[in-house]
Amino acid sequence: MKILLIAEHDNQTIKPSTLNALTAAGQLGDAVDVLVAGCNCDNVVESLRSQAGIHQVRVVDDERYQHPLAENLQTLILPLAEEYDGLLAAATTFGKNLMPGLASRLDVAMIGDVVEILSVDTFVRPIYAGNALETVQSTDHIKVLTVRSTAFAIMEEGTGQAEVTVLPAASTSARVRFVGQQLSDSTRPELSVARVIVSGGRGLGSAENFALLEKLADKLGAAVGASRAAVDAGFVPNDYQVGQTGKIVAPDLYLAFGISGAIQHLAGMKESKLIVAVNQDPDAPIFQVADYGLVADLFDVLPELIEHC
Amino acid sequence: MKVLVAVKRVIDYNVKIRVKLDQTGVVNEHVKFSINPFDEIAVEQALRLREAGVAEEVIVVSAGSLKSQETLRYALALGADRAILLEQEEDSESLQPLAVAKLLQQVAEQEQPGLILLGKQAIDDDSNQVGQMLAALLDWPQGCFASDLQLQDSSLQLTREIDGGLETLALDLPAVVTADLRLNRPRFAKLPDIMKAKKKPLQVIEIAQTGIDVTPHLKRLRVQAPPPRPPGVMLSSVDELLAKLGEEGVLQ
Ligand SMILES: Cc1cc2nc3c(=O)[nH]c(=O)nc-3n(C[C@H](O)[C@H](O)[C@H](O)COP(=O)(O)OP(=O)(O)OC[C@H]3O[C@@H](n4cnc5c(N)ncnc54)[C@H](O)[C@@H]3O)c2cc1C
Ligand SMILES: Nc1ncnc2c1ncn2[C@@H]1O[C@H](COP(=O)(O)O)[C@@H](O)[C@H]1O
Repeated sequence: MKILLIAEHDNQTIKPSTLNALTAAGQLGDAVDVLVAGCNCDNVVESLRSQAGIHQVRVVDDERYQHPLAENLQTLILPLAEEYDGLLAAATTFGKNLMPGLASRLDVAMIGDVVEILSVDTFVRPIYAGNALETVQSTDHIKVLTVRSTAFAIMEEGTGQAEVTVLPAASTSARVRFVGQQLSDSTRPELSVARVIVSGGRGLGSAENFALLEKLADKLGAAVGASRAAVDAGFVPNDYQVGQTGKIVAPDLYLAFGISGAIQHLAGMKESKLIVAVNQDPDAPIFQVADYGLVADLFDVLPELIEHC
Repeated sequence: MKVLVAVKRVIDYNVKIRVKLDQTGVVNEHVKFSINPFDEIAVEQALRLREAGVAEEVIVVSAGSLKSQETLRYALALGADRAILLEQEEDSESLQPLAVAKLLQQVAEQEQPGLILLGKQAIDDDSNQVGQMLAALLDWPQGCFASDLQLQDSSLQLTREIDGGLETLALDLPAVVTADLRLNRPRFAKLPDIMKAKKKPLQVIEIAQTGIDVTPHLKRLRVQAPPPRPPGVMLSSVDELLAKLGEEGVLQ
C-alpha cells in the first residue's frame, strides 16, 4: 500500500498531530509519502527530511498555499490521488476540513477519527461521543482517513532519509478568500501534546478566576483546557474546549476543576492516563471516570495546590 | 435567495446510549430522538437571515425513514417555510455521509439555493463530513465550523473555529456552511407554532426514485462498548491529593 499523508503546519513547524498520523500511515502502508503544501516552508521540509518512516517528501512552496484553504488543496491533491492506495491526515480541524471533500470527489467513503487500524481495509472509530466503537471495512479502492492523534504514538525521529521532490502549484479558486485569523498565542504547551492538562468548567465562575488555573498550569508546565460551558460563558477562547466537538486529549494527567462531566466532555478526555477531579457536588458524573476525586470547593483547593506543586 | 438547511434525526444528546448485545449497533427502541443539536443551530441561522431580509425562503431537508418527518416538523415549527424528506425504507442500512451528500446535491440542483447550512457534525456517527463532501460535489466554496457569518451582497464573511483560534474567510455565494456551537443560540418552538407547522408543506421523495446509489461503501462489522475505566478513589483532603500526585510521579 502506498500512502500520501497530508502535512499540517504553519509554514515554520510541523504540527505534532501530523507525526502521530505518520505512525498510523506506517501501520497502514509500506511506503509513505508526505505532502507539504505551504509558502516559505523550508523549515517544515527540513524537519521531515530526517524523520523516520517517510519515503518521499513532496513539496509545493507557493504563496497560494500560505493559508491552507480546503478548495485549493483539493485541486492540488486530487491529481496525485490515483498514485496512492490511501490518503491520510490527522483528525484536526485542518484534516476534517480538507479530507471529506477529497473523498467525495473520488467517490469514496471517508473513515474519520480512526483509533485503530486492524488491516488494510478495516478500521475502528468512536461513535456516539466515544460511547461505542465501530469497526468498519472499506470496499473502496482508495482509503481516505483521518486519524485520532491520541491513539498513535509519535515515532523517534532522526534515522530517516526521505527524498524531497518538488511539485508545481495548481490552480486556485477565486470564490474563497482568506481574510484573517486570530490565533491564541500561548507560551504553554499545545493541548494535543501536553503531558499535563489543567482544565476548568463553569464552576470557575469568571475569566478572572481562570487566572488561578493558569497559575497552577504554569507551575506544572501544563496546558489549559475548558468545558464548553466555560467557553460559551466567555471565560476562555474557543480553542480551549475539550470534548466530543472540541479537542480530544489524552495526557498523563488531566486535572478537572468545576467540571460536571457531561458525556460530551468525557468524550474528549477519558483516555487520559490519570484523571483527577475536584468538584463540590459528590454526585457529579466526572467522579465516575476520575482516578482520584476530591469533593471540595475548588477555590479552597487551587491556592493550596499552587503553593505546594 | 433560498436557504437550504440539512437536518438529521438523532438520539437525543442527553440519552446514555447502550450497545446492542449482538454488536450490530446501539439500542434505538424506547429512546428519545431529537434534531441533531448542530442542525438546530443551522436552522436558527437560516431563520435569522430571513428575518434580516436577506433570505426569502428557508427549506429544511432530511434523509431517513418516515420518522424523520417529526424532525422536519420541528424545524417547521421553529419557522422554516417548507420541508423535503428523502425517504428511505424503514429497515434498510443507514445512509452514510457520501450518500447523504449526493442526495443533498440533487436537492440543491433542483432548488438552486444561495446558501446551504448544515451542522458541523451529527452526534450519532460523529462523522463531520457531509457539508464538506457536499461543497466539493457542487464545487461551491465551503465555510466549516462557523461561529459567525455576515452576508454582504453576493458574498459571505465567515468566522470559523479552528484548532489554534479563529479564521475569517470570504466566500462567494452560492456556498456551503457548517454550523459550530457558538454560531447562535437557537430559539424554542412555541405551542401555536407547533400547531401551525402541521399545515406547512412537507414533500416526501423516495430515495429509490432519485436514481442515486446510496449503497454503503463502509461495511459495519461490529459495534462494541469501549473498555470501562477501573474505579477511582475518593480523597478527603488536598494533602492526600498532593501525596497521590507525588506517588504517581506526575509532578516531575
Ligand atoms: C452538541 C453538543 C456538543 C457538546 N460538546 C461539548 C464539548 O465538546 N465539550 C464540553 O465540555 N461540553 C460539550 N457540550 C456541553 C455539555 O453537554 C455540558 O453542558 C458541558 O460540558 C458542561 O460544562 P461544565 O461541566 O463546565 O458546566 P456544568 O455542567 O454547569 O458543571 C459545573 C460544575 O462545577 C461544579 N462547581 C461549581 N462551583 C464549584 C466550586 N466552587 N468548587 C467546585 N466545584 C464547583 C458544580 O458542582 C458542577 O458540577 C456539548 C453539548 C452539546 C449539546
Ligand atoms: N440523514 C441526513 N439528513 C439530513 N442531513 C444530514 C443527514 N446526515 C447528516 N446530515 C447533515 O450533515 C451534517 C454533518 O453530518 P455528519 O457528516 O454525518 O457528521 C449534519 O449536522 C446535518 O446537517
